[in-house]
Amino acid sequence: MFSEEKLNKVKEIIARYPEGKQKSALIPLLHLAQEEFGGWLSPETMDYVASLLQITPIEVYEVATFYSMFNLKPVGKYLFEVCQTGPCMLNGSDNMIEYIKNKLGIGVGETTADGLFTLKTVECLGACGYAPMMQLGKHYREHLTPQKVDEIIEECRAKAN
Amino acid sequence: MGRKLLLDKAHIEGIRYYDVYRKNGGYAAAEKVLKGMSPEQVVEEVKKSGLRGRGGAGFPTGLKWSFLAKPEGVPRYLVCNADESEPGTFKDRYLMEFIPHLLIEGLLISSFALGSNRTYIYIRGEYAWIPDILEQAIAEAKQNGWLGKNIQGTGFDLEIYVQRGAGAYICGEETALIESLEGKRGNPRIKPPFPAVKGLWQSPTVVNNVETLAAVVPIINIGGEEYATYGIGKSTGTKLISACGNINKPGVYEIEMNISVEEFLYSDEYCGGIANGKRLKACIPGGSSVPILPANLLLKTAKGEARMMTYESLNDGGFASGSMMGSGGFIVLDEDQCVVRHTLTLARFYHHESCGQCSPCREGTGWMKRVLLNIENGKGKMSDIDLLWDIQRKIEGNTICPLGDAAAWPVAAAIRHFRDEFEWHVLNPEECVKRNYGLAHYADPLPAPATAV
Ligand SMILES: Cc1cc2nc3c(=O)[nH]c(=O)nc-3n(C[C@H](O)[C@H](O)[C@H](O)COP(=O)(O)O)c2cc1C
Ligand code: SF4
Ligand code: FES
Repeated sequence: MFSEEKLNKVKEIIARYPEGKQKSALIPLLHLAQEEFGGWLSPETMDYVASLLQITPIEVYEVATFYSMFNLKPVGKYLFEVCQTGPCMLNGSDNMIEYIKNKLGIGVGETTADGLFTLKTVECLGACGYAPMMQLGKHYREHLTPQKVDEIIEECRAKAN
Repeated sequence: MGRKLLLDKAHIEGIRYYDVYRKNGGYAAAEKVLKGMSPEQVVEEVKKSGLRGRGGAGFPTGLKWSFLAKPEGVPRYLVCNADESEPGTFKDRYLMEFIPHLLIEGLLISSFALGSNRTYIYIRGEYAWIPDILEQAIAEAKQNGWLGKNIQGTGFDLEIYVQRGAGAYICGEETALIESLEGKRGNPRIKPPFPAVKGLWQSPTVVNNVETLAAVVPIINIGGEEYATYGIGKSTGTKLISACGNINKPGVYEIEMNISVEEFLYSDEYCGGIANGKRLKACIPGGSSVPILPANLLLKTAKGEARMMTYESLNDGGFASGSMMGSGGFIVLDEDQCVVRHTLTLARFYHHESCGQCSPCREGTGWMKRVLLNIENGKGKMSDIDLLWDIQRKIEGNTICPLGDAAAWPVAAAIRHFRDEFEWHVLNPEECVKRNYGLAHYADPLPAPATAV
């Protein structure tokens, strides 16, 4: 369940659309729910969002499964989403992905045993001139080098403690 | 230095904020419109400017606006397309991050011209920090009387809202975007009806790219006629180009559409030449969907004329020997890059992004990806190259939306211009996983680039 504060945010979002068009708030609400409830959307979370918008749960599932940013399984506390599309590949993203795999000891799509890190490959994030790059939470980490990746991992570990 | 109209003030400290933007001439165009122009006059100015859509298709904006249906008592909507997901493209992001009020001002003027009282900016979900920047600019504009009810006493009301997507390239296609904005899967609609008649919530809707809507500001400021003196022929004005790949100075550049590709690529004002002193092999000049060109055809057309950074010149020779301006995503490959591998990443991209509604696109993109993967890994057969050609031909033109074509073209162009590199992979299955084919006869036709020391 959302806090009072988040429920106010929900109201504010629904007010962006004309009367009766509250379904448009679905994607914004799924973002909000994913942030609030552990970085992924459980069936319970999706049902809750459906109830907030007075739509059927299936309307939520079909949307949640379409968009790549919605995680339908639990993910680590820190999700490394590394871009692998052409322009990033030209600047060494494949090596960067290998480096992260070795460093964290996981494959793409896996989570470290301590539950801290998940590695995912993604398609172009609109940072092609600043490659190689990855998304980490709300922000981008660009011009990645092995050293930078090490620092980011340290930074996450420090924050988690 | 080339003349600029959009980013001329982007470097000013604090331009992201209202006060600085206003002090530097911001909202002058909005003032001009609200104080003395009718919506029709604004549309007329945009028509005169020759402005063409900056989202990829290059359709004349004024003409598009004049198609908007205006039935009595039905709301009309303007939607700003900030989905920016075409590989190689990162210009709208730059504009929104650095000079957000330019977009807000453009949206205000355009909404006034089209009669939209509720305008949405649909931004790709991964640009998660940019909505904060835009919402702050919107709040500032509102505090200063540029948004809300009865703006500047004109009786015109406008609210602008930011809507985040959630990771789907297809939502850049305007009808998929509308579906997504309605809270649904991003499945493109069958046209007609066109959005101009039945768009968002079945109301008449115009969808325009971020850069297109920002360009309306200088058009009003200097006048459509003056705007049309920038550039060459039907490529009027300036264009944002996001340059990436193996160049010395990747980034976002505003160019007047009157410079040559060679100048753009090699001069220090722009890309600064190929990185690490290497030579140019190939380039995709307008985002991943447009045809790749080998170095020789990039810099000169098949007729031997210098290729220019204009819609027409980039397209000179059609698909046989030309490419397209597209979204302005300029992707450069140096001599050590593998065209097969690069094409594979693009095929994988389109397969990942296909919405799955049409079988040629859904199945064809996956098939192309698998065949390319085999060739790249030294497991391809000669007949696979013809198979790839055949698959792409069967996708093109047989789908609901242009994503199918966009997936077919990069593969077609790669085979058209680099067939021997594909064949080399097949004939040298062991070598091709260890080293790249190299430059061969696509050699950089220029003497050593000035920047390569
Ligand atoms: C698959 C696909 C993806 C697209 N992505 C974008 C995009 O990210 N941004 C954009 O402005 N236009 C995109 N377009 C073009 C839009 O459909 C539409 O033509 C454009 O937003 C119109 O704006 P304009 O006339 O100002 O260019 C895309 C089209 C297709 C087929
Ligand atoms: S062409 Fe592809 S993306 Fe477009 S509607 Fe068909 S399946 Fe979907
Ligand atoms: S290709 Fe990686 S951000 Fe565009």
